[in-house]
Amino acid sequence: MTQTIIWTVAILSVLGLLLALILFWVARKFKVEEDPRIDEVEKVMPGANCGGCGFAGCRAFADAAVKAPNLDNQYCPVGGDEVMQKVAAILGFTVAAKAPQVAVVRCNGSCEARPRTNEYDGAQSCRVKAALYSGDTGCAFGCLGCGDCVAACQFGALSMDPATGLPVVDEDKCTACGACAKACPKHIIELRLKGPRGMREFVSCVNKDKGPVAKKACANACIGCGLCAKTCTHEAITVTDNIAYIDFTKCKLCRECEAVCPTGAIHGVNFPKELDKEAVKKRIADRKAKAAEAAKAAAPVIPAAEAETNKKEDANG
Amino acid sequence: MGKLTFSMGGVHPNDSKYARECAIEELPLPQTVYVSMAQHLGAPAKPLVAPGDKVLVGQVIAEPGGFISAFVHSPVSGTVKAVAPRKDLAGNPVMHVEIAVEGDEWDPAIDRSKELVTAIPDDKAAILDKIKACGVVGLGGATFPTHVKLSPPPGKVAECLILNGTECEPYLTSDHRIMIERPKEIVIGAAIMQKVLGCPCVIGIEENKPEAIASMRAAVAELGYPNMEVKVLKKRYPQGGEKQLIDAVMHRQVKSGGLPIDVGAVVQNVATSLAVYEAVQKNKPLITNVLTVTGNKIPGNLQHNYLFRIGVPLSFVVEQAGGVPDTAAKLISGGPMMGKAISNLDATTVKGSSSVLYLSDEDTRRKPETNCIRCGKCADACPMGLEPFLLNRLYKAGDLDALEANAAQDCIECGCCLYSCPACIPLLDHIRQAKGQVMGVIRARAAAAKAAAEAAKAAAEAKK
Repeated sequence: MTQTIIWTVAILSVLGLLLALILFWVARKFKVEEDPRIDEVEKVMPGANCGGCGFAGCRAFADAAVKAPNLDNQYCPVGGDEVMQKVAAILGFTVAAKAPQVAVVRCNGSCEARPRTNEYDGAQSCRVKAALYSGDTGCAFGCLGCGDCVAACQFGALSMDPATGLPVVDEDKCTACGACAKACPKHIIELRLKGPRGMREFVSCVNKDKGPVAKKACANACIGCGLCAKTCTHEAITVTDNIAYIDFTKCKLCRECEAVCPTGAIHGVNFPKELDKEAVKKRIADRKAKAAEAAKAAAPVIPAAEAETNKKEDANG
Repeated sequence: MGKLTFSMGGVHPNDSKYARECAIEELPLPQTVYVSMAQHLGAPAKPLVAPGDKVLVGQVIAEPGGFISAFVHSPVSGTVKAVAPRKDLAGNPVMHVEIAVEGDEWDPAIDRSKELVTAIPDDKAAILDKIKACGVVGLGGATFPTHVKLSPPPGKVAECLILNGTECEPYLTSDHRIMIERPKEIVIGAAIMQKVLGCPCVIGIEENKPEAIASMRAAVAELGYPNMEVKVLKKRYPQGGEKQLIDAVMHRQVKSGGLPIDVGAVVQNVATSLAVYEAVQKNKPLITNVLTVTGNKIPGNLQHNYLFRIGVPLSFVVEQAGGVPDTAAKLISGGPMMGKAISNLDATTVKGSSSVLYLSDEDTRRKPETNCIRCGKCADACPMGLEPFLLNRLYKAGDLDALEANAAQDCIECGCCLYSCPACIPLLDHIRQAKGQVMGVIRARAAAAKAAAEAAKAAAEAKK
């Protein structure tokens, strides 16, 4: 009996040693030469393999970063500037800091604002629902409420609010990888600048219907009236296809648009104070009155100047 | 030999053809009609009228927007009120021409007499031109432009024209009624298409319509066109599917990715044949069609077969038919298997509208989904020989390569898998998504290959 055990252990040990030697030799012989920096870069990456950067995963990102001539076309939204600085340090590049972004849900058609016109009992998937019809409310553009975005988020940053039936973004967890924006068949979710201390202003509606139709379908809809665009002094707001859009690179967070919006479709978040609509409206009215006065005062001068330039042009012509 | 049928899969739902005895009635004209610009497969039509224009019945109001597209004609006489987007029955905005009805003045070129014209014109090109100019599309469901289908690509020869009178969808009786009431027109339409294609014709009718079979047989015998016969098919869904019907009648199978013409078949619906007759012999464009209003557990006086003008709002149809019954929980346009739920009753009828179905809550509500028990019923039921349970799993895993390898793109969306699944898994919903994704990949690949070939050609020419 003891003999058998000894023999077994001995044979297996020898076998193991032999195979280890073969493996060692094979590993040496067929070693794939790889840039060691790829491993180094991969180590500093977040390791979420979310694909938010546009590459298949963190290693693919590292591989591309090592081969690229610079880091201008690569950005890890999850790791943000911190990780990009580390990557740049390893590879000897310099990268400019990028402002952090966050996913923004541009629909505020809550259950009470957007009455259901029919009932859906099919597969609980926004993609399936969108392929079948425009949704169970009068709005053909808004959130379908089946939570494809929640399922797509790898960071647990999205959840459905049962009270409104709309997805809610947890800003602390959101890494702006863009997976939710891709998963949404209605293209409601947009990546926008997070803003200073998280303060940002956005139009929370994507309804392209004309005003009355949009309003009938949803009390909170943007009706494309253009008041916000007229009020904005920073040229940040455009109205196309009956829908206003705030360019977050131009917005100065003055909140005037939010104050004038008749339907409350424009949302401001993370501001320290509640918006005093009346005060802002008064400010706008005062500014307009002043501008009108100034225009009046300047009015007689303008025709004369114009006449002069016209004369000059005539002479030149 | 038993009755003809296709070789694989299929289900046997109760045919529920309650409206089979209801003769076709003419639907009155509403005050306003809304003519959709997307009534056919392919590119939407381009409107040719502007608000304020006066139109006659049968006047062209839109031209084809591409090769696969069709003309659209005014179904009424009156004034164009607007050319604007309007919601279709799924709630998605589609361009519509709104016409306020004034009287009923027809284009004088249209022959409105009831007289049968049996002499078939000789000129094939003229026939095709007429079919195209009259905006005829396939009325079996897919609304594919008929003139395109009747012009086989070079090198392909049609060996058999199959006239589809199966009407395999439960409830629908519109084809059944036209086969009983207007068999001669259908037969002449078939003879016209036979003339264009130069091949024999088989009219396939399912066994559950003995009156239609007798009426069509009598019409074929009386008119005496050569090489035309009526064949009786076993009752089985989806016999009216193009590929299934070819299998049943010709015992040939269309390979994956192939077209019916690859096996020498051209399939046309009986309603299309009637439209071809009216277009070629009577110069009447496709502005009317027959639609069934029916449902389960509803009184007989709410069941109708209507000859309607295309563009009449569904709400008007329902109103004329006696209103929505209390028992109806779901309204469907088309058959219960492949039709679409109507979420917006203000939507308009289109060329392919075949029914308004009222179904009760208990018959339509989906049961909660449970786990797949690997019973294989879906694979048995699939008429295309696919494995729905596998495709469902691959879709959930997002494995597009495997989906393509398992031919998700061959799905005909008949719904047999969903119908037969004891676990109530939304197989069709998922496979339809998978099919869309795989088709996208295939199209992108074809476009890339074309671009590469063109680039190589350009490079070769540059070298010269």
